[in-house]
Amino acid sequence: MHDFLYQRPTQLPEASQWAKEHVDYKLLAGGMSLIPSLKMRLSQPAGLIDLSAIDALKGVRIEGDELIIKAMTPHAEVAIDKNVRQGIRALCELAAGIGDPLVRNRGTIGGSLANADPAACYPSAVLALNATIKTNQREIAADQFFLGLFETALHPGEIITEIRFPKPKAAAYWKFRQPASRFSLVGVFVAQTNTGVRVAITGAADTVFRHTEAEQRLNVQFHPSALKGLFMSEKNMNSDIHASAQYRAHCIDVITERAVAMALNLPPQKES
Amino acid sequence: MPNVSLTINGKKISQPIEARTLLVQLLRDQLSLTGTHVGCDTSQCGCCTVHLNGKGVKSCAVLALSCQDSVITTIEGLAEGETLHPMQQAFREGHALQCGFCTPGMIMAGIDMVKRKGYELDEKTVREELEGNLCRCTGYHTIVKAIQAGARAMKNL
Ligand SMILES: Cc1cc2nc3c(=O)[nH]c(=O)nc-3n(C[C@H](O)[C@H](O)[C@H](O)COP(=O)(O)OP(=O)(O)OC[C@H]3O[C@@H](n4cnc5c(N)ncnc54)[C@H](O)[C@@H]3O)c2cc1C
Ligand code: FES
Ligand code: FES
Repeated sequence: MHDFLYQRPTQLPEASQWAKEHVDYKLLAGGMSLIPSLKMRLSQPAGLIDLSAIDALKGVRIEGDELIIKAMTPHAEVAIDKNVRQGIRALCELAAGIGDPLVRNRGTIGGSLANADPAACYPSAVLALNATIKTNQREIAADQFFLGLFETALHPGEIITEIRFPKPKAAAYWKFRQPASRFSLVGVFVAQTNTGVRVAITGAADTVFRHTEAEQRLNVQFHPSALKGLFMSEKNMNSDIHASAQYRAHCIDVITERAVAMALNLPPQKES
Repeated sequence: MPNVSLTINGKKISQPIEARTLLVQLLRDQLSLTGTHVGCDTSQCGCCTVHLNGKGVKSCAVLALSCQDSVITTIEGLAEGETLHPMQQAFREGHALQCGFCTPGMIMAGIDMVKRKGYELDEKTVREELEGNLCRCTGYHTIVKAIQAGARAMKNL
């Protein structure tokens, strides 16, 4: 790993100032993705701005019909937080299934979203729940946030401060793990929101995306049976040693049904 | 060079380090606390697990400078003189190691697990919670049993 300059501000404005003046610096959150990539020299920033001492970026609160999770809240805390459990239980379950306990103690929601790994869990929740990503500069709707492989709408040096989730009527996340990395081979987040059903798929393509055909059917009837006969095309699906495009497309069909059943607290459907 | 000040196993440390120094490098290379191992260096194996402000972390993926003013416990900080920590004792009694390379990480992860999940751990919970700790020798069976026994023994701490 190359050496770099290092700053650890305790206040957000100070961090914003550093980030603005040094676009060749990178932000450091839990380091669970960034430090391995520094070690492999995939990333060689001139400096790091460590966000871990900024208390104002940690915590969870409820405001009206919204659940708000601040960017530096680690997965382990989201997994057991009472407000999250009450507001959007599926988020607790999602956070509790990320990596392993040691990774969950460090990794953060802000880092996960900014990183936009194609197999990460949180992006699917943010997209399906129609959340808003708040930064030190503006608010970004989930539909506008994820642009591609490890690519988001964030400007260089822009800091995610919190994520605002409108509470859904029902929601569930079903993750089919890649057996070695335990990231999602295919993960499906289904949410019945005030503006309709939203289904987000992670792990299958180069970025998280909405399954609009499933959404249309589920808007007519929010039940797994509404998805019968719907087949995801293998076009644009990832293909690698872990799974072919065809396999991933089939997983989406099966897992979307399961996620809907889970959101409704139904037992999973039997294969027909 | 930047300076880092922190408490390791009850001892206050303050010293200059390069910014890129990982916590595990500070522990092993500079402080000679070689009980914390490096098995993979890619955040998979958990051999490097230590407690940072009471929570289990992989010290190969944490910058030493991020630990400014924090409290670190390593495997060397568990025993009280000649008396082993109950989790160490349980590993010893249960033959929960063969080569022993993964053991410091297993013990630190085991204690972290007890803090979060309590003293009565069923087998399924322990196996799930060990997701981030790999062992090449034992087949895990004795490790799982030792963590369950160590957890019960920790009740009397
Ligand atoms: C063994 C292992 C298993 C894992 N398994 C899973 C899994 O199953 N599912 C899953 O979803 N993830 C998984 N992860 C990834 C994990 O969730 C990471 O925590 C996450 O991807 C990055 O979060 P971080 O806080 O560690 O960010 P960092 O690694 O510190 O940063 C990642 C990127 O985000 C940027 N960044 C960080 N914070 C902000 C911010 N507030 N504003 C703007 N940019 C920011 C950084 O500059 C960097 O580019 C795993 C990781 C490991 C090591
Ligand atoms: S050496 Fe840190 S996880 Fe393997
Ligand atoms: S005892 Fe050898 S790696 Fe676990």
